[in-house]
Amino acid sequence: MTDSKYFTTTKKGEIFELKAELNSDKKEKKKEAVKKVIASMTVGKDVSALFPDVVNCMQTDNLELKKLVYLYLMNYAKSQPDMAIMAVNTFVKDCEDPNPLIRALAVRTMGCIRVDKITEYLCEPLRKCLKDEDPYVRKTAAVCVAKLHDINAQLVEDQGFLDTLKDLISDSNPMVVANAVAALSEIAESHPNSNLLDLNPQTINKLLTALNECTEWGQIFILDCLANYTPRDDRESQSICERVTPRLSHANSAVVLSAVKVLMKFMEMLPKDLDYYGTLLKKLAPPLVTLLSAEPELQYVALRNINLIVQRRPEILKHEMKVFFVKYNDPIYVKLEKLDIMIRLASQANIAQVLAELKEYATEVDVDFVRKAVRAIGRCAIKVEQSAERCVSTLLDLIQTKVNYVVQEAIVVIKDIFRKYPNKYESVIATLCENLDSLDEPEARAAMIWIVGEYAERIDNADELLESFLEGFHDESTQVQLQLLTAIVKLFLKKPTETQELVQQVLSLATQDSDNPDLRDRGYIYWRLLSTDPVAAKEVVLAEKPLISEETDLIEPTLLEELICHIGTLASVYHKPPSAFVEGSRGVQHKRLAGSSGSGESVESPDTGSAAGVSEAPPAVIPSQGDLLGDLLNLDLTPTTTGPPPPASTGMQMGAMDLLGGGLDSLMGDESEPPPIPLRTDTPQSPQLPHQSPSPPDYSPTELGGDLGGSPAMGAPFGAPPATMPASFNAPVSGGLDDLFDLAGGVGMPMGAYNPPKTLWLPAMKAKGLEISGTFVRRAGVIQMEMTLNNKAMSVMSDFAIQFNRNSFGLAPAGPLQILTPLSPNQSIEAALPLSTVGPVMKMEPLNNLQVAVKNNIDVFYFSCQYPISMLFVEDGKMERQVFLATWKDIPNDNESQFQIKDCHLNSDAASNKLQGSNIFTIAKRTVEGQDMLYQSMKLTNGIWVLAELRVQMGNPNYTISLKCRAPEVSQCVFQNYEMVLKN
Amino acid sequence: MIHSLFLINHSGDIFLEKHWKSVISRSVCDYFFEAKDKAVDPENVPPVLQTPHHYLISIYRDKLFFLSVIQTEVPPLFVIEFLHRVADTIQDYFGECSESLIKDNVVTVYELLEEMLDNGFPLATESNVLKEMIRPPTILRSVVNTLIGGSNVGDTLPTGQLSSVPWRRVGVKYTNNEAYFDVIEEIDAILDKSGTTVFAEIQGVIEACVRLTGMPDLTLSFMNPRLLDDVSFHPCVRFKRWESEQALSFIPPDGNFTLMNYHVSSQNLVTIPVYVKQNISFFETEPCGRLDITIGPKQTMGKTVEALMVTIHMPKSVVSANLTPTQGSYTYDLATKVLVWDIGKLNPQKLPNLRGSLSLQAGAPKPEDNPSLNIDLKIQQVAISGLKVSRLEMFGEKYKPFKGVKYVTKAGKFQVRT
Repeated sequence: MTDSKYFTTTKKGEIFELKAELNSDKKEKKKEAVKKVIASMTVGKDVSALFPDVVNCMQTDNLELKKLVYLYLMNYAKSQPDMAIMAVNTFVKDCEDPNPLIRALAVRTMGCIRVDKITEYLCEPLRKCLKDEDPYVRKTAAVCVAKLHDINAQLVEDQGFLDTLKDLISDSNPMVVANAVAALSEIAESHPNSNLLDLNPQTINKLLTALNECTEWGQIFILDCLANYTPRDDRESQSICERVTPRLSHANSAVVLSAVKVLMKFMEMLPKDLDYYGTLLKKLAPPLVTLLSAEPELQYVALRNINLIVQRRPEILKHEMKVFFVKYNDPIYVKLEKLDIMIRLASQANIAQVLAELKEYATEVDVDFVRKAVRAIGRCAIKVEQSAERCVSTLLDLIQTKVNYVVQEAIVVIKDIFRKYPNKYESVIATLCENLDSLDEPEARAAMIWIVGEYAERIDNADELLESFLEGFHDESTQVQLQLLTAIVKLFLKKPTETQELVQQVLSLATQDSDNPDLRDRGYIYWRLLSTDPVAAKEVVLAEKPLISEETDLIEPTLLEELICHIGTLASVYHKPPSAFVEGSRGVQHKRLAGSSGSGESVESPDTGSAAGVSEAPPAVIPSQGDLLGDLLNLDLTPTTTGPPPPASTGMQMGAMDLLGGGLDSLMGDESEPPPIPLRTDTPQSPQLPHQSPSPPDYSPTELGGDLGGSPAMGAPFGAPPATMPASFNAPVSGGLDDLFDLAGGVGMPMGAYNPPKTLWLPAMKAKGLEISGTFVRRAGVIQMEMTLNNKAMSVMSDFAIQFNRNSFGLAPAGPLQILTPLSPNQSIEAALPLSTVGPVMKMEPLNNLQVAVKNNIDVFYFSCQYPISMLFVEDGKMERQVFLATWKDIPNDNESQFQIKDCHLNSDAASNKLQGSNIFTIAKRTVEGQDMLYQSMKLTNGIWVLAELRVQMGNPNYTISLKCRAPEVSQCVFQNYEMVLKN
Repeated sequence: MIHSLFLINHSGDIFLEKHWKSVISRSVCDYFFEAKDKAVDPENVPPVLQTPHHYLISIYRDKLFFLSVIQTEVPPLFVIEFLHRVADTIQDYFGECSESLIKDNVVTVYELLEEMLDNGFPLATESNVLKEMIRPPTILRSVVNTLIGGSNVGDTLPTGQLSSVPWRRVGVKYTNNEAYFDVIEEIDAILDKSGTTVFAEIQGVIEACVRLTGMPDLTLSFMNPRLLDDVSFHPCVRFKRWESEQALSFIPPDGNFTLMNYHVSSQNLVTIPVYVKQNISFFETEPCGRLDITIGPKQTMGKTVEALMVTIHMPKSVVSANLTPTQGSYTYDLATKVLVWDIGKLNPQKLPNLRGSLSLQAGAPKPEDNPSLNIDLKIQQVAISGLKVSRLEMFGEKYKPFKGVKYVTKAGKFQVRT
């Protein structure tokens, strides 16, 4: 007697037959018939035609029959709303039944019938059930509110069910509490801003009590809810941690992971020197390890989360490397995740073990896994310097196996090793070249070509090798084409005599025969460079490449913080913030870890506290970087790009010959001369510095070498930002406006140059955790850039260096950036950089804009800032009276500009004093009709004089200033400077 | 929360669907099938998939996929745990979890699913509670039901649902009161070519079978509880007592249940009971290879190693094996390329050996990958970690129960690399 008999009816009149049976008088027959109907339903057959007949069976005292009918109703009510109304009476009656099971069943089923007409009838019974004496009914009703909210949110709010639900959080029964929390959480998800789960210490206490007594599922809801709470101080967070810790021993892995989330989050609040902090760290490791012995699906989710946890707190699992060793019968998705974590945990201490394992994996069957293992060996080499040598020899061993995909993968990673440790392992190039023919994947081919181009001078037959690739140029993928172009240009620059023909060939292939704009543009840039200034070309193409960072795939710290708050959720599996994939209108709140308030490490930057601060932080990317490239490109390319291509090879080819002839001479002639000091930040190669997407697992082709970036890379960092030129960069100017209250004090203050307060120049989000704020000061004739560097990443930063783009007044660092000690995480350091004004000049907009590149061991970052022009006012800027008068007359009136300074309450003497502090000298003072006229002069570092007439009227807070200068462009800046100095 | 559930068989047919909210078309499973085709082996289908409007979380158990559809941000572990619980329940009810059994009992399964989840929130997942609401099928009951028109559905509120000990029903009565505990340990280990332990750990579990009248309160204590690195308990165990006294104090559920899981990690020395000497090699020139495996006892704590079995996944190009075992028998499955050598008891005086030749497909190159050996074994009456129960006490009831503890050690994921 099994249910499979219900499937056996195959006759055509099946529905008809069932109908007859449903209307039978015999109870047993009826039940059998309903079972048959349900069975058909479960396999997806449409039995909705039987609706009235099934509903007729509802009036019964047989619970099983009743449940079966309810099952049917839930499935089909939506398609037969009018019929469903027939059932309402029974429902309402059942809600009054003396048996709590039936009351609960009725209210539960009603909630599942998604028909508006039914929901109207649902309100009254639901209200009663929410206050039912039996907790089983109450907990069922709590869930029903969530169901109803899903169907008709307005109704739920109007009927006040939400408040009743909130009251249930204080219910005496833990199961009711858990369900109320679950229901509220679900409702809150669609109302991100509502204060539904208003957590305060009292409710937290209730939840913690319920946590101990409710079911495992309830515990998950409660823990997830707790994770949203922000404790008031470290004592409260410790006490919550203590009460949550026992959950780590639960058999249900979801409970364990939710508990881990709460602990990871609240741990941030605890002072690190507290004993309890250390205990807690130790307690976290065993449960995480145990999760890895569960079913593979659970392991997968656990591993994705562990990946986050080891990035945030590597100390928790640093001794547990072995549990991440791969077993050959692990599913592939588990293997790949384990591999990732192994690399994260790799350190000098355990690298030998890890390498032995990785080598073992490289001989496994699964191709994806083997590839990743080979790649992992390369990552180890880059991460643990001491192991680099062993990694390289391991990779060479693997290349000897001649297994095609292993060889290709090995070559791709060796390329990265070359970049990390230049001039160290080039001896292996010969071995690599042997495998040239077997490479069939674009990435491997591109890597190999890069190596050949980069080390062309050491490879005797580099030209032959590259030429062999050139034969099938048009069949290659873009990645390979671009790389080939660059490599041949490199080769040409290194061995100009022998390779002219080759370079011409590739340039014409790239520019004339290709439809790919990237390739074409890059070809033109090289062409142009080679033809106009081969020395510059050399500097650009063969420029020193920025070091690749150790951990290219680390999650950005701010994202990591957010993900830590979402441990155990889908976000933690995808490693994306919920906003990136949760659907549409469902608002998602950004979550941030609370900083430790007790330990005195309060964070200075304004953006750590609130999520909004992060997303609105100004983008600090140099906006006008594209100009130069624009110049390069807009010379006279138009005929080829817009018009029809020129008749093959005549004009263009001639040009090529010509350019190479001329270029070659100067190239060879200049060879012995020391190259002029290159100013890296404004050369066009800077766009190809690795553009940092949140977590690029691999290097994109454009960062392969010191070649010109293709347009995609340029477009990404430099396209968007200019429109949103950071508001905060104007702070030195506008900051003055805010400080009106300082004025009173300012009058009698001793004089000195006004130095604007430090402003945030480079937010941590833009720079992989490096935050820079700073200002400019002029002391005793020396201009200094004073910066605070703050490391908000997890790894130590070192090797700082700084460079400026060309700017209006030739500001340049007078020496290297003096940061001698590495900067550990959460540490900040003050640095003062003396500046000279003898650097290269280029007019900027605004005039006092300065574009800066800061490099550290991780990457190169760009930002721009504005310096107050008074930094450039020299100390001997006081003019002789006579000269002043003569000059004033001499400068044409067109060059005069007038400004108003509003709301300045200084008298003329105080103003004069103040300005003198900034090297603005008063030469004469005249009083006419209660109006003081100050005549002032100042001289810029580049010898430009600025003359000023400042009119101050007694009792009028508005000053008028007239500026005369032979270079009227500076007037605006000078005026802003006046305003800033006078108001501070 | 959990929106829908689809049960899908090995070959990709959906044979049961259940929706807890609105009905979602089964076409959503197409994304899953796509991933399934890509993964080739069903074991390798990623458990969490994203589709434009839904998330699909699945588990693969007993050759069946349990695929759940969710729409909002839900902890995936929660869903996976729940799916395993569904599979457990089906197994518990019908003896095994298979397509034919589920089809045979489709209405009961459907009722169970309805009882386990409400609006996507878990409702009752404890087997004790479920069994009070929906009685598991027995031949006797179905006969009785047909005769008197009874039903399989309980009509009273399950007592466990709301009490502070939800796992135990009240009014339990037995004539023979007994409490048995099985300490089962599995060794997970990886040994390398030379026999050195790369990694080893022990997963332990204490399974209990308790049939006691009334509301007994038990305390189980160990001789050496410090051995355990990480423990997870059945909800009935009082965690405070464990922390303070390292003893398990609990009111047990009625019947079979898992009392605790534990973990002895590689930091403590994990004993490896056997050693394996092996040599599998393939010739460069000819399409054949050699195989020679010997197994001997290492540290067996004076007990016999039983049910010894070696499983080898051969490279794809191996077409046949011509081997001679000194003990037991071997089979080579051509389709799956799995060589199984069933040895049985390990005799320390005469070590079992399997040797002979392997032939490869003509013209095939020398295999690149090394096959791994998987070892299965069993040792009775010993927990390899050395864990020992010191005593079991009962409070709250007057009678004297029968008590018993049994130990057994097995190989878990025990692999030897070649």
